[in-house]
Amino acid sequence: MKPDAAPLAGAAVQFRNVTRRFGAVPAVDDVSFDVAAGEFFALLGPSGSGKTTCLRLIAGFERPDAGQVKIAGADVSGVPPYERNVNTVFQDYALFPHMSVLENVAYGPRMRGVAAEERERRAREMLDLVQLAAMSGRAPAQLSGGQKQRVALARALINGPGVLLLDEPLGALDLKLREQMQTELKALQRRLGTTFVYVTHDQGEALSMADRVAVFNAGRIEQLDTPRILYMRPRTAFVARFVGSANVIEGEFARRVVGTRGAFAVRAEAIALAESRAAMPPDAMGCEATIVDILYHGASSRWQVRTDAGEALAVVRPESAGGQRQFAIGARVRAFWARESLVPLADA
Amino acid sequence: MPGAFASEMGFGNPRRSSASGPGGHSPLRRVSSLLYRRSTLYLFLLLLPPLLWLGTVYLGSLFTLLMQSFYAIDEFTATVVPKLTLATYEQLFRHPANVDIILRTLAMAVAVTIACALVAFPIANYMARYATPRMRAFFYVGVMLPMWTSYLVKVYAWRLILAKQGIASWFAATLGLDGVLEAALATPVIGGPSLASSYLGMFIVFVYMWLPFMILPLHAALERVPQNLLQASADLGARPRQTFRSVVLPLALPGLAAGSVFTFSLTLGDYIIPSVVGAPGYFIGMMVFQQQGTAGNIPLAAAFSVVPIVLIAIYLALAKRAGAFDAL
Repeated sequence: MKPDAAPLAGAAVQFRNVTRRFGAVPAVDDVSFDVAAGEFFALLGPSGSGKTTCLRLIAGFERPDAGQVKIAGADVSGVPPYERNVNTVFQDYALFPHMSVLENVAYGPRMRGVAAEERERRAREMLDLVQLAAMSGRAPAQLSGGQKQRVALARALINGPGVLLLDEPLGALDLKLREQMQTELKALQRRLGTTFVYVTHDQGEALSMADRVAVFNAGRIEQLDTPRILYMRPRTAFVARFVGSANVIEGEFARRVVGTRGAFAVRAEAIALAESRAAMPPDAMGCEATIVDILYHGASSRWQVRTDAGEALAVVRPESAGGQRQFAIGARVRAFWARESLVPLADA
Repeated sequence: MPGAFASEMGFGNPRRSSASGPGGHSPLRRVSSLLYRRSTLYLFLLLLPPLLWLGTVYLGSLFTLLMQSFYAIDEFTATVVPKLTLATYEQLFRHPANVDIILRTLAMAVAVTIACALVAFPIANYMARYATPRMRAFFYVGVMLPMWTSYLVKVYAWRLILAKQGIASWFAATLGLDGVLEAALATPVIGGPSLASSYLGMFIVFVYMWLPFMILPLHAALERVPQNLLQASADLGARPRQTFRSVVLPLALPGLAAGSVFTFSLTLGDYIIPSVVGAPGYFIGMMVFQQQGTAGNIPLAAAFSVVPIVLIAIYLALAKRAGAFDAL
C-alpha cells in the first residue's frame, strides 16, 4: 500500500484526486484534501467554483467521475445518501412543508425505525438544543428564516452524524441574525465535537468560524490553510483578492515600485497615505497617486486611489487614527507601505 | 439643438403636457383614475360577467335540475306535476334495478379512478422529475394528442379494437397471451363473449379516455415538489420507497385528488361509452339520457343526475378527511 493511500488517522472526510464534470466542464477538477475529525472545515469560493459540488459529493447527491471520496476511511463511491453517516443543512432549509416542526426533526429517527415515543423525546431534546422547544407544533411556513434555520440544524443533528454538511446555511438571513448564528454555530460545534464541513462564499464567515479553509476557484483548491495564514500569507493573487481584499501588485507596476517583476500582495490596511512627495520612512516603498473615492465604514474608511500610471489601489485607514490627514477626493497623495508587508505570490 | 429634439419628441409640447398631466380631463383618463382610486369597483366590474354566467346560467340550471327531481310525473297524463314530493326518489331507490345501476356505475368509477391513478403516477413522475425538456414536450403532446380527436370516433375505434376478431385479440394471440385473454373473459361479472361486449373492455376504454385528466393535475402537483425535499429525505436516511411514501405521495395528494375527481365524475356521468362498448347493463348516464328522452320522465332523470353529485360530494368529504388537501 502506498503511504499516501493509507487513510489518515482520524480523517473524517478525504478527497483523493476527485473530478466531477457537468457535460465537458469539470465542476470539481482533481481535488484532494483531508478533513480531520472534529474540525470546522470551510469550503470558500465564488459561485460556480465547485465548493457546493464537493459538499454534494460528500452527501452522496453527486458521484465522482474520477477519484475517491472517503468518509471515516471508507470509500463511499457506491454508497447512496441514505446509507452515509453524514447529514446536510440545506441552503434553503428544505423543511417538509406537510409536517410540523417536531415531525420534521423526528424524521431521521422515524426513517430508521425508532419507536414513536423515543424519537419524539429525542426530537424535543434537539429542539431544546436549538432553543425552539416552544415551536414544536408549528408548521414550517409559520416560522421566520432564523427559526427555519434552527429546525434544519436540529433535524440534521438528530441522527448524530459523523460529519455535518452545511450549504451556505446563513445565506438567506439578515446581517444581525447571521452574526448571531455564526457565534451559535461555532459554540454548538465546539460542544458537540462534530466535524462540520461548511460551504460559504462569504470570506468573513469562513475566516471567523473555521479551523481551516479551502479556497476554491474554477474547480480547484487555490489554498488550504488556517484563516490567519490565508489572510496574512495568501499564496495566489486570487486568494489575496478574494480572502483578504488585498491589493495585488504585478507586472510593470511591480517592476516600478518593488524593483522586480513578479506578483505581490499588499493588504489594504498596510498602506499609508501622506502628502504628495512627502519623505517615506526607510525600508518603505510607494508611489504618487490621486484619491478617487472614499467610502466611510464607521470604524474605518476605504479609500480608492489611482497611481499616475493608472493602477487602482485600495487603502483602509482606521477613522480613530489620531493626527491623520484627511484628504479630499481628487487630492494628490503619496501611497506607501513597509517592505515587510509585501507578500510574494506564486502566480506572476 | 437639444430643445428642438425635446419638442420633436413631445416632451416640450405644452398642449400635450397639459392633457397628460394629473389634472387631465380626457374621459378615459377620468375613468381609469376612478378605477385606480376605487379598486373594489374595478374588481367588481372584472368579476361581473363571469359571476353572471356562473350564478345565473350554471348554478341556476343546476338548481332547476334539483327542483325537477323533487317533482313527480303523473302516471296517467304523463305530465310533470310541479309539486314538491319525494315520490321520484322513492321510485329511484325502491326498484332494485335502479339501485343496481347506481352500484354498477359507482364500482366502475372507483375501478377506473384507481387504475388511472396507478397508470398516471409513473408517467407524471417521469415527466416532472426525470424527463429532459424535449422529452417532457413530447410527453405533453402525447398526453394531449388523443384529446384533439373526436370523442365519438375514439369510442367507436375502441369497439373495433376490442371486437372478437379485432386488434386486441390478434395482439394477445401474437404475444401468446390468448389464454390470459380467454381466462379474463371467462371471469364472471367482468367477462363476456368478447372484450367489446364485457365490462373489462368498457373499463379499458374508460381508463384510456380519462387518463389525461389524471396525468395533467398529478404532473402539476409533482412538479411543485422541490427536488431538495427528496434529497433532504434521503440525507436523513430514508430509502427511496420511504421517501415516496412520506414525502412525494403526501405532497402529490392534492393533484391526485383533483385528477380523481375528474376521472370519478366523468365515469359517473358518461353515457356514450357504456352504450357503445361493454356488457348490456345500464349506467347512470344512460338512464338519464333515456328517462329524459324516450321515457319522458324528467323528474326521474333529474333524480338520477343528483346521484353523481351526491357521490362526488361524499368522495370530496372523504378525501378532505384523509388529508388530501392539507398540502395545498
